[in-house]
Amino acid sequence: MAGAGRSGVTTYATPSDLEVQITRVVDAPRRLVFDAWTNPRHVPQWLLGPPGWTMPVCEIDLKVGGAWRYVWRKSDGTEMAMAGTYREVKPPERVVWTERWGPEWPETMNTIAFAETGGRTTVTMTIKYPSREARDAALQTGMKEGMDAGFARLDELLRTLS
Amino acid sequence: MPVAAPPRPSDRLDATFSALADPTRRAILARLTTGEASVLELAEPFSMTLPAVSKHLKVLERAGLIARSRRAQWRPCRLDAEPLKEVAEWAGEFRRFWDASYERLDTYLQQLKDEEKSHGRRR
Repeated sequence: MAGAGRSGVTTYATPSDLEVQITRVVDAPRRLVFDAWTNPRHVPQWLLGPPGWTMPVCEIDLKVGGAWRYVWRKSDGTEMAMAGTYREVKPPERVVWTERWGPEWPETMNTIAFAETGGRTTVTMTIKYPSREARDAALQTGMKEGMDAGFARLDELLRTLS
Repeated sequence: MPVAAPPRPSDRLDATFSALADPTRRAILARLTTGEASVLELAEPFSMTLPAVSKHLKVLERAGLIARSRRAQWRPCRLDAEPLKEVAEWAGEFRRFWDASYERLDTYLQQLKDEEKSHGRRR
C-alpha cells in the first residue's frame, strides 16, 4: 500500500466499501513478527490497546478450523472478550480468521499479511465483512457504516473542523 | 484480531456515518464550518440542481449534523458538531487501540531480538 513504508507509523485506509486496512512497518524479521502475532506467549504482552488493560485469557489453536479467544481486563474489572476461528494459516506469511465481539456484533473476516524487506516487516491487516448477511447485521448495529464509510474518510472532515 | 471496543451502537451514530459517507455532504459540512449558508450558497460550488442539494441537506438534518432556521425565508443552514464528536470519539478509540498496541509491539520485538542475540537464534 502506498505511503506505508515508514516504521513507527500506523496507516489506516478503507480499500473497499467492505474493508478497513491497518498497516504498520516494524523493525524485525517476519518470523519474529509472525510469532508475536500468533503465539499465546507473546500476544498478551502487546495486544492491549491503551494503558490499563491486560489480557488474562489468550487461547490460540493456530490451525485451519482452530479456535481463538481473547479476554481483556481493565484495572477497574471491566472485561471484553473476542473469539473466532482460523480459516487460513500460512506461517510466516499470512493468517485469515473470523472475529466476533458477541452475538449482537457482525462477524468479520480478518486477514493479516507479513511481508519482509531488508529485515523489516510490513504488517497489513484487513478487516472485511464476509457476506451480505454479516453486512446487514452490521448495518443494524450501526457498525457497518462506521467501519466502511466513516472511518478513514472522516479524517478530511475532522481536519476542517479543528 | 481486536479492534477497540466499539461503543454500543446508537441510531444516531448510524445516521451520522450514513450522512458522512457521501463526498458532497462532507463538502457541505466543511463549507458550514465557516458559518451559516443558504441552500443557494451551498449549491454554488457543485454542479447540482437545488432539489438535489436539498435532498443532501435533508439527510444531514435527519442525522442531526445541521440545523435549519425556521425564522428566515431563506432558511439558513448551520453546522451541529455534536454527532461528529461522537463519531470522532469512536474512530479515535479504534486508532488508540492500534496505535498503542503497535507501539508496545515495537518495544516487545526489540526485546525478542535481543533475547535471540544473547541465546542464539531459536526457531
